[in-house]
Amino acid sequence: MLYPLSENAIHITLGHNIDPEIHQRVKKIMERVEEEPFHGYVECVPSYTGVTVFYDPINIYHTMEEKKGSPSESVMRYLKKVVDSLDAIPQSKESGNVVTIPVCYDEDFGPDLSHVAVENGLTKDEVIQIHTSGEYLVYMIGFAPGFPFLGGMEDDIATPRKREPRTKIPAGSVGIAGSQTGIYPIETPGGWQLIGQTPVRMFDSHREEPSLLKAGDHVRFKAITYEEFNAYKEGDL
Amino acid sequence: MSLQIMTTGLFTTVQDGGRLGFLHQGVLESGAMDRESLKSANCIVGNDENEGALEMTMTGPRIKVEADTLIAVTGGGMVPVINGETYSLGAPLFIPANSELAFKPTNRGCRAYLAVAGGIDVPLVMNSKSTYVRAGIGGFKGRALQKGDRLYIGEKNEEAEKRLAMITSKGGGQPFSERWGANARLLGDGDRKIRAFPGTHYETFTTESQDRFFQSEFTISTQSDRMGYRLHMIPPLEWMESVNLLSEAVAFGTVQVPHDGQPIVLMADRQTTGGYPRIAQVAAVDLGRLAQLRPNETVRFEKITFAKAEELYLQQAQAMHERKIGISLKWQK
Repeated sequence: MLYPLSENAIHITLGHNIDPEIHQRVKKIMERVEEEPFHGYVECVPSYTGVTVFYDPINIYHTMEEKKGSPSESVMRYLKKVVDSLDAIPQSKESGNVVTIPVCYDEDFGPDLSHVAVENGLTKDEVIQIHTSGEYLVYMIGFAPGFPFLGGMEDDIATPRKREPRTKIPAGSVGIAGSQTGIYPIETPGGWQLIGQTPVRMFDSHREEPSLLKAGDHVRFKAITYEEFNAYKEGDL
Repeated sequence: MSLQIMTTGLFTTVQDGGRLGFLHQGVLESGAMDRESLKSANCIVGNDENEGALEMTMTGPRIKVEADTLIAVTGGGMVPVINGETYSLGAPLFIPANSELAFKPTNRGCRAYLAVAGGIDVPLVMNSKSTYVRAGIGGFKGRALQKGDRLYIGEKNEEAEKRLAMITSKGGGQPFSERWGANARLLGDGDRKIRAFPGTHYETFTTESQDRFFQSEFTISTQSDRMGYRLHMIPPLEWMESVNLLSEAVAFGTVQVPHDGQPIVLMADRQTTGGYPRIAQVAAVDLGRLAQLRPNETVRFEKITFAKAEELYLQQAQAMHERKIGISLKWQK
């Protein structure tokens, strides 16, 4: 289903659930649009259940023949064709990178690790073992620069958000909220249960690709010690 | 060739036409809250229309201007004062070297834009000069201006150079204002109504709430900022059935309704994605007017169709284009 979100964006809805199949369709649309972008195209913003295509209406208007119809109609027509041809497009070409993120699960960095363990009737080591054994799919980046919405966490370590959100969560914090896990790229307020911290810079505005992760990547977590964490930080300077 | 900040005002940042093309990385668009005023100010001094300018909120800074400078101040909430004398919004102003530029608060409008011929010389971060304070990105050192900051003026293009030379000779070493200006809204104001079209989840609200949204008066909460305008209404808006949504992209002007039933209009510093039901989308042509409303003022929404909103948007772009030509003609006289 396609509809205008605003004067400069069309939203394509492909489903209602978190589902790797829907994600494949999202990726196929994005690849198709980016391979042959239409005039005035700005960017695609993927989400769990669809993709939003941003464009510059003025730019499109100036290139429209005899100014028939409107910019949104012309973008809708183009996107409708892309969506209709989806089934004919083979599997998305890019399988995405597998990115290993080192995490120190020390109590100093993961103040809620014991809570997550108690809540699920596990030991702290078991929580770490479960968290580091999964492979997580990056469905989308949003909320904050470089913040990944990950799918695929085991329900065995799912824990509700904190009742009172923290006013400050340090950059690099790794947390759990319900059956989601994620990494805070910049210091922000937030209500996630914090279980550790990564020394890796998830977002750096001076890199060519500022966000370390992109939709379609896979993430694995690797446990590191306090000393390794510090060594990494120092080497990073 | 610099601007030295003596006092900061309430909240002053460098903003341009926005940081476009990085939403998929979670990077906010940012940029001027009132784009129409930003563009007008830049066009008056001969800059590119989306060049970086200072966005000043409610009370302005006090600035020592060290070199002969051409400026324009547009928007609302304050008027420029050069060496103690008050000038109008929207007029080209000459400031002789070593003058003091200050601002006098007025009771209409919320944000003013100070454009300087040559623009503000701060580095482009992800193709934009806009300040994104929470992430410490862009603008002047990624933050709001502070006392003692020294901002440099960028390299002037040929047009800005020519206009500065013209107004400098008219000024003859004294502050000088042209008698014409360009601060008026392009598509009529005078009315408090902000046009909007039904949003993605309009149908999930009760018909009573749908009607109330387009008929009632909302108060703008004091917790409103560049991220969002929080609107207050009694009783809160209601859903027919509770909807559980997954986050997806939102836009400038998207009206989300969180669990408390009090709508939030997402503004320039909105997060890139949102997961609350969207009752409406403010027409892009009225976003600048909304951004000029202050906390505790009231607002009403007028229902239009998306097609109408799009038509108005194209008309506004055309009107801005004509304004630009009109300004060039004024300078040739």
